[in-house]
Amino acid sequence: MLGLNKKDTSLMILVAVLALCAPFILNPFPEGSAMAQFNAGYPDLMQRFVIFGIFAIGFNILFGLTGYLSFGHAAFLGVGSYSVVWMYKLLNYNILPGLVLSVLTAGLFALLIGYVSLRRSGIYFSILTLAFAQMSFNLAYSVLTPITNGETGLQVYTNDAQIFLGDGPTSPHLFGIVMNKSADLNIGAWEFTFNNGYYFCAIVMLVMFYLSIRIFRSPFGMMLRAIKSNQTRLNYTGLNPRPYALAAFVISGMYAGLAGGLMASMDPLAGAERMQWTASGEVVLMTILGGTGTLIGPVLGAGFIKYFENIFSKINDTILHQWFAFLPDGLENFMVFIVHPFIGKGWHLTLGILFMLVVIFLPGGLVEGGQRLKRAFGGKDAGKDKPDASTEPAE
Amino acid sequence: MDAIILQILNGLDKGSAYALIALGLTLIFGTLGVVNFAHGALFMIGAFCAVTLSKILNLSFETVDASQTDFLGNPLKVKTPYVMEWFGPETGAAIIDWSVPLAILFSIPIMVAFGFIMERGLIKHFYKREHADQILVTFGLAIVLQEVVKYFFGANPIPTGAPDVFKGSFDFGVMLGFDPNAIIYPYWRLVYFGFSALVIGGVFAFLQFTTFGMVVRAGMADRETVGLLGINIDRRFTIMFGIAAAVAGVAGVMYAPINSPNYHMGMDFLVLSFVVVVVGGMGSLPGAVLAGFLLGILESFASMNFVKELIPGIDQIIIYVVAIIILLTRPRGLMGRKGVMEE
Amino acid sequence: MGILEVKDVGKRFGGLQALGDVNLSIKENTVHAIIGPNGAGKSTLLNCLVGKLIPDTGSVMFDGQSVLGRTPYEINQMGISRVFQTPEIFTELSVLENMMIPCFAKRDGSFRMHAFENMLNEKEIVERAEAMLEEMNMADKRDMHAGAMSRGDKRRLEIGMCLAQEPRLLLLDEPTAGMARADTNNTIDLLKQISDERDITIAIIEHDMHVVFSLAQRITVLAQGTPLVEDNPENIKGHPKVREAYLGESA
Repeated sequence: MLGLNKKDTSLMILVAVLALCAPFILNPFPEGSAMAQFNAGYPDLMQRFVIFGIFAIGFNILFGLTGYLSFGHAAFLGVGSYSVVWMYKLLNYNILPGLVLSVLTAGLFALLIGYVSLRRSGIYFSILTLAFAQMSFNLAYSVLTPITNGETGLQVYTNDAQIFLGDGPTSPHLFGIVMNKSADLNIGAWEFTFNNGYYFCAIVMLVMFYLSIRIFRSPFGMMLRAIKSNQTRLNYTGLNPRPYALAAFVISGMYAGLAGGLMASMDPLAGAERMQWTASGEVVLMTILGGTGTLIGPVLGAGFIKYFENIFSKINDTILHQWFAFLPDGLENFMVFIVHPFIGKGWHLTLGILFMLVVIFLPGGLVEGGQRLKRAFGGKDAGKDKPDASTEPAE
Repeated sequence: MDAIILQILNGLDKGSAYALIALGLTLIFGTLGVVNFAHGALFMIGAFCAVTLSKILNLSFETVDASQTDFLGNPLKVKTPYVMEWFGPETGAAIIDWSVPLAILFSIPIMVAFGFIMERGLIKHFYKREHADQILVTFGLAIVLQEVVKYFFGANPIPTGAPDVFKGSFDFGVMLGFDPNAIIYPYWRLVYFGFSALVIGGVFAFLQFTTFGMVVRAGMADRETVGLLGINIDRRFTIMFGIAAAVAGVAGVMYAPINSPNYHMGMDFLVLSFVVVVVGGMGSLPGAVLAGFLLGILESFASMNFVKELIPGIDQIIIYVVAIIILLTRPRGLMGRKGVMEE
Repeated sequence: MGILEVKDVGKRFGGLQALGDVNLSIKENTVHAIIGPNGAGKSTLLNCLVGKLIPDTGSVMFDGQSVLGRTPYEINQMGISRVFQTPEIFTELSVLENMMIPCFAKRDGSFRMHAFENMLNEKEIVERAEAMLEEMNMADKRDMHAGAMSRGDKRRLEIGMCLAQEPRLLLLDEPTAGMARADTNNTIDLLKQISDERDITIAIIEHDMHVVFSLAQRITVLAQGTPLVEDNPENIKGHPKVREAYLGESA
C-alpha cells in the first residue's frame, strides 16, 4: 500500500490508529479516580507528543541513518516558531502560510549551516553545529531583537499589521478551524477530549512518518546508511558522500522547522530558549531512548520523555506519602526521602540518569529493549537477528 | 591605547578559565581518546567546593550574651563560628576570610577522587565505543551532576567572596602613565591570572620533567608502541584523568569570587571550552592554552563599545565565528598534531 | 600507449622523498604487478593514482585524461576501482545491499536525489546485484550482515563490488595480505578468472611472490621510490639487480 511493503504498511497503520485514537488510549482511568493523574489524554500534552515526535523523526533521518550527531537542531526549531509568529503578525492567524514559511526558512538555514558543518565529520561536526546553534541563540537574544523580540519572546500585539485578519478568529486556526477548540465526550466516569490542534498535528505527524518510511526504504536511505557504515568505500565506489549527507541534514532541518512551526501554531509564541543547546540535547535523547536508526523509535522516545516529564513534574511529596502509606512509618518517610530528589523539579535529574542508563546498557533504545524481551519470552523471533532482504533494512 | 590594555586585561581572567578547562579536556582526549562533555561540570563542582568550605567554616553555635539586649529587651543571641572558638577570634576570622584559597587544598583530594571514580566507574567502559556514545554518556553525567548540585545548593548563584586584601582594584593606569582610573583591574583577577599561569606551568613541568609525564606524553603520541614496552599506560592515564579533574576543579574554586557559582556555570563554560580545544587543536596542550587566552582576549575586545557599534552583536558570537573559520581552514586547529582526529 | 600512463611522478613527505620520477605504463587488458621492499613507495604510488594523494610533480593519465586534482569518487567514475589491503565494505549493510550500491553508482553517477523513489521498483538493480553475487559464488550469503562474514568472503565481496561497476582498471593493494594459503589460492583463481573473462586491466601491488608470479604478465620493481626495472616475470626472476634489491632479502 502506498509503495510500502507489508511490514511497513502494518507499522504505518498501527501508528495511525494509535495517533488517531490517542484521546481514548491515553485516558484509560476514569475522571476523579486516584489513577487519573496518570492520564495523558489532554490536548496540551498530546500535542507535545506528536510535535516532538516530528522533531525526533526528522533528527533520526540525519543521526540514525548517517551517524552525524548534530548538537544544533534546536536552532531550526526556533526558526520555525519565529516564522509562524511573524506570519500571524503580518497576515492573520491562519497557520498555513506560517508553516510553509517555517519549513522553507528552516530548510534554508539548514542548507547554510549544513554546507559549512559537513565539511568536517565526527566530533568536529558536532562542535560546528553546536557553535552555529549557540550563535543563533545568542543573536536571537541580542542584536536580532527587532525580529525575535529578545528575552520577552515574539508574540502578536494588537497594533500588528495582520492585514488579512478581518473578522477571522483571533487565535491560530486553519481556514476557520480554531486550533484550541475541543469537543468533550463523556462516557460514564470517563471524559475524552478531542482537540482540533491535536488532530491537525497528528495528521501532520502521520504524513511526516510516512515520508520518513519512504526515505528509509529508498535508494537514498541506503546511501545514507552506507555513509554511516564506511565513507572510504563509498568514495571509492564513485559516490560523493557530501551531497547525500547535506540532503539528509536539510531534510531533518525542515522536519525541525515544521515542529517549531507547529509549536507556535498551538500556542502563538516563540522564544529564544527554544534554540538553546539543551533543547538540541533533548531531541538527541529522545531519538536514542527510542532507538536510533529505527522507524518507530523516535516517536516512542518523544512520547516516553514527554509523558514522564509530565507525570514526574506533577508528583509531589503528598502523593508519595499516599503511595508508600502501606509501609511502616519510618520506612515510608525514608522512601519518600529517597524518591523526593527525582520528582517535581527533580525531573531533569531523572532524565539525566535515564539518559546514562540507556547509553550504557541499551544503546539500541526502547526498540532494542522490546526485541530483547520478545526474544527472552516469545522465542519466536529469536533467529531473526540478520537483516531482512536488502530492500527492508532492519527495523 | 589605555582601552586596549584594559580589554587585554579583561580578557585574561576569562581566558585563564578557558585555558584551564581546555587543558584538562585536551589532556583527557589526548590520553584516553575520550570526548568528555562532563568536564564543565567538574569546573562547576570545583566552584561549589569553595562554596561548601565557606559554609563549613561559617558553621556557628549560638550563645546568649546577657550584656546586650535586642529591641524587644530579650538577651541577645550571638552566633559564633566554631573556627573562631577553636582558633581564637582573630585567626578564626582570617580563616573564614581566606576560605576560597583554602578551598584549593580542600578541593584537590575531592576532585582527584572524583576523577578516579568517574574514570574507573564510567569512562573506562567507553574507550572502545564511538565518540558519539562518549559524548552522550558524559553529557548525561553532566546533567546529573548539575541537577544534584541544584538539589543541594538551589538554583540561585551563591556569592562567595575573595579574601578582604584582594577586594580592591589595582590602578594600572597610573603605573603606565595614563590618567588615574583609566585602567583599573580588580586584584582578585590578577590573582586568578597568576594562579592559572602557575597551574598551567605546573602541568607542563610535570609532563616535561617527570618520568611519569614522559610516559604519558609518549603514550599520547603513540599508545600502541608504549604499550608494547610493557608499560602500564592505562593506570597512568587514569591518574591523568584525576589530574585533569583537579585542574578543572581548582579553576572553578578560584573562579568563585569572580562569578558567583551557580549550577549551570559548567555547561556555560563547557561549550566555549570545547570550542577552545578545537581551535587549539585536539590533543595539543600548548594549543589549548594559547587558544584559551586568545579567545578570551578576542571576546573582551569584541565587547568594546566602538566594535559593537561597528558590527552589532559581534561580542555574542565572536568565539563561534573564529572557531568556524579555524575549523574550516585548519582542521587540525592552531597547533594540532597531524593525524589526530582529522577529516 | 597504455591505459594508465604515469610520467615523472614525484612525492615528498617533509624530508622524505617517497616517490622520485616514477614512470610507468600499464597496457590494456594485462595483469601488471608492482613489487618492491617495504617503504619502496608502492602504496604512495597507488594513492597518487586514485586521488588520495596529489603528487608534487609529474602527470598521471588514465585513458588519455589526467586524474590529477580529481577526487577519489571522480576518478572512480572514470573507470578505476580499488581494492584495499584490509577489505573496505559496508559492514552494517547486508551483502546484497553492498552489491547494490556500486550498481547504483554505475547507473546514477556520483549523486542522485532518489529519496522518494521506491526500492521495491529497483528490480533491475537488484537483479544485477544478484547476478554479480552469483558470479562471485556468494548467492547463498545474500541476506547476511556483511560484517559477519569471514575475511576471505569480505575480500571476495569487495572485489565483486568493484567489478559490479565494470571498471576498466582494477587496482589491488596486497589483496592476499594476512590470508591463509587456501584463501590466497582462491583469490588467485578468482583474479585469473576475472582477467580471462573480462575486458579489464589489473594492477596489483603485492608482497607474496607466489601470487605475483602466478598472475602477472608484466612486473615493475620499485625500490626507494623509483622503478628499478620493468619486464616480464621470467626475466624479473633472473634479474641480478632485483635479486639484490628485493628477492635476495626476502626469498
